[in-house]
Amino acid sequence: MRGYSGVDAAMLREEGRIRWLSDEDWDAALNWIFANFGLIWSLTVTHVALAAVPVVLGFVVAVPLGWVATRWRAVRSVIVGGGSLLYTIPSLPLFVILPYLLGTRITDPVNIVVGLSVYAVAIMVRLAADAFAAVPADVVDSATAVGFSAWKRFWAVELPLAGPVLLAGIRVVSASTVALVSVGALVGSANIGFLFTDGRQRQFLEEILVGVVASLVIALVFDTVLVALGRILMPWSRRTPRRTRQMRSNATLATIERGA
Amino acid sequence: MQFFLSAVAWLLDPANYRPGLQTPLPIQDRIGEHLLYTFISVAIAALIALPLGLYIGHTGRGRGFVIAFTGSMRALPTLGLLGTLFVVIGMTVPFTQTAFIASIIAFVVLAIPSILAGAYAGVESVDPQTVDAARSVGMTELQILFKVEIPLSLPLIIGGIRASVLQVIATVVIASYISLGGLGAIISTGISLNDNDLILGGALLVTVLALVIDGLFALAQHLTRRGGPSRTRSTGTRRTRRSGAGRTRRSAEVRTRRSRTDIRSLPLRRRAVTVSSVDERDH
Repeated sequence: MRGYSGVDAAMLREEGRIRWLSDEDWDAALNWIFANFGLIWSLTVTHVALAAVPVVLGFVVAVPLGWVATRWRAVRSVIVGGGSLLYTIPSLPLFVILPYLLGTRITDPVNIVVGLSVYAVAIMVRLAADAFAAVPADVVDSATAVGFSAWKRFWAVELPLAGPVLLAGIRVVSASTVALVSVGALVGSANIGFLFTDGRQRQFLEEILVGVVASLVIALVFDTVLVALGRILMPWSRRTPRRTRQMRSNATLATIERGA
Repeated sequence: MQFFLSAVAWLLDPANYRPGLQTPLPIQDRIGEHLLYTFISVAIAALIALPLGLYIGHTGRGRGFVIAFTGSMRALPTLGLLGTLFVVIGMTVPFTQTAFIASIIAFVVLAIPSILAGAYAGVESVDPQTVDAARSVGMTELQILFKVEIPLSLPLIIGGIRASVLQVIATVVIASYISLGGLGAIISTGISLNDNDLILGGALLVTVLALVIDGLFALAQHLTRRGGPSRTRSTGTRRTRRSGAGRTRRSAEVRTRRSRTDIRSLPLRRRAVTVSSVDERDH
């Protein structure tokens, strides 16, 4: 007798949606997911934690640096150049060099968090510098003229105006960070990447595909959260035009179109 | 610190370069493999992505596709793509060739978005007035593309290739960890033998390789830069310079008054693509 999943698979195949999985494959995949749901869930939780910390750290560290870079030109080339230099280091080598610098064990998740934070800051700092550079100087001058202090001007004028570009930047960071976490599986981190290494060893395609989908879903959720945060914190930016395009890019994972 | 000194000493030891040593070892062989894989896959990716990107940039058709594509490819986990291709291709291809074919396909897939975005953003960032000028002196569309748009957008096109090369170098490390050759083999052997010299030496070698190649590309971008707002910083007004066509001149008064970066001289909708998708890559 067929299970629920078998009926689903037959229906889907009739619609021409799946051709490349037989009934048995489909059953096996679904059974595997149900049987290992606990594992997948705990890997997902680790994955989310490992990705969330660098994204937050990247934003918090890069925004002040980006502001400094815009303020003083000489500093800009150092900060932005340093960022792109750090970003040039390939991920796996960085993950294995860091333990020697930090004195951690090679399988320690701290290495991954630190490495991804380095990348997050490295990309974000350039985007933040561009975001602050794009704030119209007239507006900044006006704010100074009506008596804003540098500190108040930053919070009340420059940060809100740079906000949409910063949001676009952090969405780029979040998407690539979530994807990069899985590389950590090669140095023993138990995240979604484990499904890739394990699935490859066992030649078990469904396991890898479940991992890919899970990783994409996590990236999508992160992106949605960031967009929602942007909506809440910057209600004015919703009025920017092109409704149709907004809807389209909502549907995809496109991280760069809107708000920039 | 002594780990690093020891690793550097290991790298400089001529004994590790003798031909005919055990697998991960003659270092120059691994470097050669690494560069070969990178070259092959970026060349294939360029053959696919450059014409497409130039077409999209020139005609303006399919802009949304480029943005959606480059954006969503960023979220694709490299290791998952490699694993999927290994298993799928392993079903049809003899075992000995699986690693090579699957990896090259994965590298090509990962290299395409940057090249595509670079070519598209480059061509689209060419001043429309310059293009109209070229059209008005009677250039055909192909002439405009090859004599005006490509020469002017060369730094961005090279920037896209630069990003994809670096991404592939980083991905070859991951792939060789799984079973392809290349410098990652040194790192993975080091981890399984718990040999600090191999781990650190391999990692430092990849890092240096990436930095050197990045530097070469930066130089190429610098040399191909012509008049008009430069990517990093443009100063007030620029003199008129001859563009590649010889017939067209680009009177490149930077259109915005204050120009700390060129981002402002681009229309809003283009900024994001130009700024964020060209130079960013996953590892």
